[in-house]
Amino acid sequence: MTGPLLHAENLHKTYRSTPALEGAGLAISAGEIVAVMGPSGSGKSTLLQCMAGIVRPDSGTVTYDGRVLSELGDAERSRLRRADFGFVFQFGQLVPELTCVENVALPLRLAGRRRRDAEQAALPWLERLEIAGLAGKRPGEISGGEGQRVAVARALACSPRVVFADEPTGALDSLNGERVMELLTAAARQSRAAVVLVTHEARVAAYADREIVVRDGRTRDLESSR
Amino acid sequence: MTIGQTLLGLLEEAGPRHGYDLKRAFDERFGHDRPLHYGQVYSTMSRLLKNGLVEVDGVEPGDGPERKRYAITEAGVTDVASWLAQPERPEPYLQSTLYTKIVLALLTGRDAAGLLDVQRGEHLRLMRELTRRKTEGDLADQLICDHALFHLEADLRWLELTAARLGRLAAEVGA
Ligand SMILES: Nc1ncnc2c1ncn2[C@@H]1O[C@H](COP(=O)(O)OP(=O)(O)OP(=O)(O)O)[C@@H](O)[C@H]1O
Ligand SMILES: [Mg+2]
Repeated sequence: MTGPLLHAENLHKTYRSTPALEGAGLAISAGEIVAVMGPSGSGKSTLLQCMAGIVRPDSGTVTYDGRVLSELGDAERSRLRRADFGFVFQFGQLVPELTCVENVALPLRLAGRRRRDAEQAALPWLERLEIAGLAGKRPGEISGGEGQRVAVARALACSPRVVFADEPTGALDSLNGERVMELLTAAARQSRAAVVLVTHEARVAAYADREIVVRDGRTRDLESSR
Repeated sequence: MTIGQTLLGLLEEAGPRHGYDLKRAFDERFGHDRPLHYGQVYSTMSRLLKNGLVEVDGVEPGDGPERKRYAITEAGVTDVASWLAQPERPEPYLQSTLYTKIVLALLTGRDAAGLLDVQRGEHLRLMRELTRRKTEGDLADQLICDHALFHLEADLRWLELTAARLGRLAAEVGA
C-alpha cells in the first residue's frame, strides 16, 4: 500500500480577519474520488485552492507526490499545476475567443505541444464527452451544460494526476449535472486520476468514493469517525 | 397493498398465466430490490380469486395452487384502472424516527450532532451504492435508483438543516 498522492495536513488560512481554514486536512490516493461537502462559507473552496497550490496556507503543509508545495518556487509550482493538475469550476472559464477544440487543446499547448498535435489530442476528449459536434463553435455559441463538458474535457486532456472540481455542476440542471458527473468520474477512473470534488449536492457527492465534511474550517471524515 | 394490483396489471397485459409466470414477470420488471416469494404470489392470487378479480382459467393435473392458470376478470380490469387513476398519498413522515431519536438524544444529554453525522454518512453510503448501480444499469435501473436517490437527498437536506438548528431545538425541547 503506497501513501496518499496528495496530502493536506492541519491547514490554517485567514483572510484579513476571516478565518477560512482552522486545521483542515485531507489525504487522497491516486485514482480516488473524494467529495468535499459542508455549508456555504465553511472553507471548501479555500481547502481546494490550498491543495492545488493556488492559495498558500498560513500554516500546515500540502504534500504532492512527495513534494511540499510551499517549498517549491513559484515557477515550479505553476509548472506542476499545468502538467499534473486539471481544473473544473462552476462556470467553465473557457476562453471566449477560442473554439471548443482550441479551448480543450489549450493546456496541451501551454505544456509545449504544437497546435495541430494538441488539437489532434483534444478531439478524442470532445468525443468522450459527447460534444465532438461542437469542436468548431465558440463558448458564446453553446449552452451552459455543453460548456461544462468542454471544461471537463479540457481538465482531463492533459492527463492530470489530480482533478480539482469546485461545484462543477453548480450551474446545471440535475439531468445535465448528472451526465457531467458520470462522464467526469468515468474518465477519471479510467485514467486513475484522483479527484477532489467540492459540492453541496448530495447526489453529486454520491459519484465519489467517499466524502469529507468541512465545518468552520475543519474537516471531518464521517467514515472514519464511526 | 400494491402487489395485488401489480400482479393483476401483469395478468391483464399478458393474458392467462400461472402464478409462477406472474412471479417471474414481476421480478423481472419490479423486483430489483425484493423478488417475490412464491408464498406471497399464491396467497395474493387466492385473495384476488376470492374477491372476484381473477378467475381460474384452467387447472393442470396434479394438485397444489401452482397448477392453476389465472385470467383477469372485468372487475379486475376495473380495479387496475382505478388504482392507476388514484394518486399516491404523499408521505410527509411527520412522525419520523429520526426526529424522535434527535429529541431523545438532546433530552438525555447525548451527542445529537454526532447522531446526525453518523446518519448522514449512512445516507451517503447508500446514495453512492445506488449511484453505482444506476451508472452500470439500464434505464429501468436508473429510474428506480433516481427515485430512491431523490428521497434520500431530501432526507439529507433535512439532516443538514437540523444540524444547523440543533442549538435552537435543544432550547425548545428544554434539554
Ligand atoms: N479571497 C478571499 N478574501 C477574503 N475572504 C475570503 C476569500 N475567499 C474566501 N474568503 C472567506 O473565507 C471563508 C471560507 O470561504 P470558502 O470560499 O472557502 O467557502 P466555501 O465552503 O467554498 O463556501 P461556498 O459553498 O459558498 O462556496 C468565508 O468566510 C469567505 O468569506
Ligand atoms: Mg466555494
